[in-house]
Parts: sequence; C-alpha cells; structure tokens
Amino acid sequence: MRRILVLLVLWSPLLAFANIEAYRFDNPQKEADYRVLIAELRCLVCQNQNLADSNAELAQDMRRQTYEMVQSGSSKEEIIVYMVQRYGDFVLYRPPFMPSTVLLWVGPFLIFAVGVGILLLFIRRRNQEPVVQLSSEEHARAKGLLDQETK
Amino acid sequence: MIPEIGQLALILALCMALVQAVFPIAGAHKGVASWVALAKPAALGQLLFMTIGYACLTYGFLEHDFSIRYVATNSNTSLPILYLISGVWGAHEGSLLFWTLTLSLWTGVVTLFSRSVPEVMVARVVGVMGVVSVGFLLFMLLTSNPFVRLMNPPLEGRDLNPLLQDPGLAIHPPLLYMGYVGFSVAFAFAIAAMLGGRLDAAWARWSRPWTNIAWVFLTLGIVIGSWWAYYELGWGGWWFWDPVENASFMPWIIGTALVHSLAVTEKRGAFKAWTVLLAIFAFSLSLLGTFLVRSGVLTSVHAFATDPSRGVFILLFLSVIIGGSLLLYSWRASQIRSSVHFTLFSRETGLLLTNVILMVTACSILLGTLYPLVLDALGVGKISVGPPYFNSVFIPLTAPLAVLAGVGALARWKRDSGLSLARKLALPMLLSVGGGFALTLWALPHFSWGAALGLVLALWVLLTMLLWLKEQGGAAGLAGVFKNISRAGWGMFFGHLGIAVFVVGVALTSIYSTEKDLRIEKGQSYHLGGYDFLFKGAERSAGPNYLMDRGEVVVSREGEHVATLFPEKRDYRSGMPMTEAGIDAGLTRDLFVALGEPLGKDGAWSLRIYHKPFVRWVWLGGLFMAFGGLLAALDKRYFRLARKARLETEANTAGGKA
Repeated sequence: MRRILVLLVLWSPLLAFANIEAYRFDNPQKEADYRVLIAELRCLVCQNQNLADSNAELAQDMRRQTYEMVQSGSSKEEIIVYMVQRYGDFVLYRPPFMPSTVLLWVGPFLIFAVGVGILLLFIRRRNQEPVVQLSSEEHARAKGLLDQETK
Repeated sequence: MIPEIGQLALILALCMALVQAVFPIAGAHKGVASWVALAKPAALGQLLFMTIGYACLTYGFLEHDFSIRYVATNSNTSLPILYLISGVWGAHEGSLLFWTLTLSLWTGVVTLFSRSVPEVMVARVVGVMGVVSVGFLLFMLLTSNPFVRLMNPPLEGRDLNPLLQDPGLAIHPPLLYMGYVGFSVAFAFAIAAMLGGRLDAAWARWSRPWTNIAWVFLTLGIVIGSWWAYYELGWGGWWFWDPVENASFMPWIIGTALVHSLAVTEKRGAFKAWTVLLAIFAFSLSLLGTFLVRSGVLTSVHAFATDPSRGVFILLFLSVIIGGSLLLYSWRASQIRSSVHFTLFSRETGLLLTNVILMVTACSILLGTLYPLVLDALGVGKISVGPPYFNSVFIPLTAPLAVLAGVGALARWKRDSGLSLARKLALPMLLSVGGGFALTLWALPHFSWGAALGLVLALWVLLTMLLWLKEQGGAAGLAGVFKNISRAGWGMFFGHLGIAVFVVGVALTSIYSTEKDLRIEKGQSYHLGGYDFLFKGAERSAGPNYLMDRGEVVVSREGEHVATLFPEKRDYRSGMPMTEAGIDAGLTRDLFVALGEPLGKDGAWSLRIYHKPFVRWVWLGGLFMAFGGLLAALDKRYFRLARKARLETEANTAGGKA
C-alpha cells in the first residue's frame, strides 16, 4: 500500500495541469525571453517537465523568480547563470558543454562521421571485388527460375 | 474464482510458450517432423490461454472485483465502462499482460498466414517468438502479477490515472504495442533465417509484409500519442522528447531503416547482412524501450537500485535476447556473401546513406536518453537532457533525409551517372529553393530561415515525387501512371509525401505559433493571431466521475463568428485537477484555449490562448506515412504468392487422396 502511495505522490506533479499566470510584461521582447526561459528550465521536483508545463509549487516560484528577473532587466544569460548557481546543472534542459558532457554533444556527430566513413569504405571495397560472371548454363537456369516466379 | 482462472491461464500459457520455444527449433535442427509440427498448436494454445487470462482481468474490472489489487488500484465503481475496459492496460501489470497477449496474437497470425513459407522456417520463427513469450510470462508471473489478491478488499477502488481517462488511451497503447511487438516478427524471421543458414532474399520477402504492418501500427501509435498529449496535457505541445516518447521513437526510426533495407534485400539481393542487423536492432530497441518504461529507472536511478527485482530481470532478459542474437549474427554474417555491385551514384547508395543517417539518429537519441542516467549512476553529476538538446541534434541530422527521399527515388539501381542525375534534379531543386523562399517571404507573417528551410525541403520532396510519377508513367502519361505503378510504388509515394507534410507542420507550427497567458473577466475579449477571443464566463457542473468548471469562449475573426470553445478544468475524485482544452481544429491553424483558475470574486479567470498554424500537418504527415506503409504491405505480389501456395497445397492434398 505504501508503495502505491509513493507512486501516486511521485506521479502527481507529472499530471497535466499547468498553472496559468497572467503576468504583464513591459515589452514583447521580455515576454519572449520569459517564454524561452521557462521552456528551457526544468521543474526540479517533477519527473520530466519544464517550468512552463508544471503546476508544482516550486515551479510556480521559479516562474515568478524568472518573471521578476526578466522584468528587472536581467538578460537570459544572467538568469541562466543565476538558476544554475542556485539549483545546479540539473535545472537546464540544454546541458552545458563541460568535460562530463563532451561525449553527449560531440557523440552524434562522431557517430555520423564514423557511419559515413564506413559507408564510403564499403562502397569502394565493393567495387574492387571482381564481378562474378555466370556461366551460360547458370544464366539459363536463373532465367528459368525468374520466368517461373513471374508466372 | 475468476482471478484464479486467470492466474492458471497465465501459467498454462507459459507452459505452451515453453513447448513453443523448445520443440520447433530443436525439431528443425534435428529434422524431427513431429516436433516441428508442434509449432502451430503450441502457438495457438498460448494465444487461447492468453486470451482467457486477459478476459479474466477485464471481467475483474467490469465486475469491480476489488479483491484484485490491480483492479482496486486502477478503477472504481463510477468509472465509465470505456475506461474500465481500457483501464486493463492503464498501468504496469496490465500493460505487460497486454504486451504478452499482443505477442501471442502476432504469433498466432503468423502461423495462420504463412502458407507460402516452408514449414521448417515457420517453426523456427514461432520458436523464436516463443522464447520472447517465455521471458515476458516469467517476468509477469514472478515480478508483476496482475492477479495478486488483497486480503482485505476495499469497498471502493482508487481512480484510474485521470490523464488516462480519455478515448485517446483506448487506442494509443494498443496501436503502439501492436507496432512494438510486431517487430518481433521481423526479428524472429531474421533469427530463423540465420538458424537455418539460409540468408537469401527469401526471408526478406516473407518478413517484409509483416514488418510493414508493424511499422504502420507503430507510426499510428506515435501519431495518436502525440495528438493525445497535445489536447490532453493542456500545454499545446506535441512532442517533448521525454524518455518514454523516445522509447517508442527509436524503434520507429530503426524500423523505418528496416522497411527500406528489406525492400532492397528482397528486390536486389543486396544489404543482406545489414538487413538482418536492423531487424535485430529494431526489436532490441522495442525491448529496451519496455525496460526503460517498465523498470522505474527513468523515475530515479536510485529508486531502481533499491528495488531492482523488475529491472534486473529485464536487464538479464535483454542481454540474453540481444546478446544471443548478436552472437549468432557475428557467427553467421561472415558466411553471407553478397555479389551485388553498385556505384557511388545509385539508388543503393542513396538507401544505404538513408539507413546510416537513420541509424545515427537513433543512436543519438539513445545517447541523449541514457546519458543523464549513466552520469547519475556513476555519481558524476545530475544533468537534464531535454528538447533543446534533441532538437539541435535531430534537425541537422534528419534534414538530409528529406533531400535523400527525393534523390533516392529518382536514382537508378546499381549505376547512375552523376551528371544525368544532376540534370534531372536541377529543375526540382531550382523550383523548391525559389518557391520555398518566395512562400516564406510573401505568404508568412515574417521571414525565418527555419521556415524557409522547411518549405524548401517539403517542396523538394513533393516535386521529386511528382517527377517520379511522370517517369513511371512514361510515354503513356497519366494512364501509364495508374498502369505501371504497383501498390508498393504508391506506398513509397505516399510515405515520402508524408515527410513533406510533416516537415511543413513542424516548421510552421514551431516558428509561427503564438500564445498568451492572461487574466480575463467575463465579457472581456483578447486579440491573438488575427482572432478575437471573447470570454463569456465559467460555470460549475458535474461530469460522470468528476466536478468541473466549464468556461465559454466565443472566437470571431473580423466580427464573424468562428467557433465557441468550452475549456474545462476537472477535479477527479483522486483530487487531481485536469485541464481539458477547448480546441477549434483547422487545416491551416488550431485555436486552443485552456482554463486556469478563478482570480478574485468578480468572475475573472486566468486563461491560456494558443494560435497554432499548421499543427495538424504534423499528424497528417504521420497518417500519410502510415497509409504508404499499408499500401506497401498490401502489394499484389504477396497475395499472388499466398494464392500460389494455397493452390499447391490443394494440389498436393488432392494428389494424396487419389
């Protein structure tokens, strides 16, 4: 029973209900910045939700914090630095480039280069192999089989 | 009593699955005909018992048998009947039961519809699927039994997760599972071909229609899941790169590569080893997805470590299946000799490149999904990998795919000259670049490079596909088009057109959507995206098993009435509030209104309004692709093969009697 309760508690922030706050912004640019930020910052207590989609109290607080900083003229970068200082890298949905994330950011392009490399090698080698020439007897058999197939 | 019957049925299904896993494969190996003949009855027996088990759990839901723990935790007496039926697969144990039922369903159907395939081959295929069944039935019976009883049954059950109380739930998981599990057929055919040592084009021909159908199901499942998230979650998004979403998307990507690769293997005898590998990967990723979703590792690496019984079982099972098949592959692949030649400029190269890109994309998504888990498990740090990462990796990797979709179809098999190909493609290239930029500059609210790129790619696919039609029609023109193109050809046409539609949807909706959160009073109106939204207030009322506030928003455009929307905010008995958005759907735009909460006493509410241009095209593209897949699966050749086999059997039996 306890486990069920734990499950329910864990699930509740995941539930779909975004609080809607009617913030007023000085100008459209600030509103746009705010939107980008709450979309890219993570709600820390939710399973996998950004601030924009979360109803958790912490997310509401963080949205208010973001709003106040945007309104007071902080740039996006400043707000991100502030959030990371306070909550750690976990708060960013765009992981920063650092030693432990090198593989994450470089990986896809590395895999791509390797994939295309192997492909080119494969095609080149394929073309160096001699073409197997069928004897006339084999040819006739193959033709017979093909005719059968199409019947 | 009924739950015990269900329990017994599962145990009997396990026995059947064991028979199915052991005897047909051993019989095929040793040449014992009577063992081979066990494949079909064992598979059908397993299907029978799985159906009984599943029916018992459904009965428990319908009869509100709260002595079954699973029923008590996931339903109550006021739940509408639709959600009693779909609630069966709404949580962990039931969804596993459903997974396994789906697997036995696929197995049963394969035994019934494979008359054109040699009996020994079918036996091996059924045997491999039996091995998978054994794993899942053991997992269910040992760690996740849906029929566990409660000593003191409660008078009333809890609630089904309100998120899942939606018609979308009734269709999304079944479609997804049909797709996921359907890849087991391609997998089983590949393994069976390797076991038999016959890796020719034949296995590709046999498994191709199955793979296409599985892919169609998976496509539809993902499309419906995305659509469901869009209208049910209330935040207007259609994809969040959540690990659970990725778990279904990775097999889809590899499945897409497999569908293409199978076509080449069947038609040209090329890529034999590669196709086998893709079949293994597609199903392995389905299993990995199940592991990610079902083991709890996503919720928390640490929670997983403290209660690892489920996770460890799946991990072991995964390593047996994936490790075993890769071992078999490394042993057999060296024997595959391909004598097919093609040059750099050929349709083969185009398809291989497509496959490589799809593979790289799937690997990148896997990397992004597992990376935070691994870092956390190693204690190196906690990071989040979300949409900004996936978008910046996914878009540059997949944009070339749209280009290849056009080039590939027009390039010749084996050998084409770069010059003639370039000459052929020059006109569509010019038109799509010109047209894409022109449209972005003049038809859209403001210029954006992303939108221009999207439109150029979409036009490119469209134009190259039209050019392909013209080529196929030849001198006969339009009449030739309908005469010369097979259903599989049309499948390719619609599938690729789906890419164009999808790209338009993604580009336009992500760049030109506008939204506003605001405080609005009764009688006030707000202007967004060219529309006026007039709020007429909200009223409290009751639904079947919830209370709700229901708002009324009248939308008009330049004074003309467009739609009346009724966004709801529901309170379910479990105490969870849910938003039910009011949506006016349209081919060129969606209007989306979500109700927040009351502000003050004078009837003011907080409200969220979205204007989402072309969002429907995202799903429409998916539907096009699924339609294409369906056409390819229904190609006349397969029916001809089946008919031939039936005639042969009939001739044989007639001959036997005489």
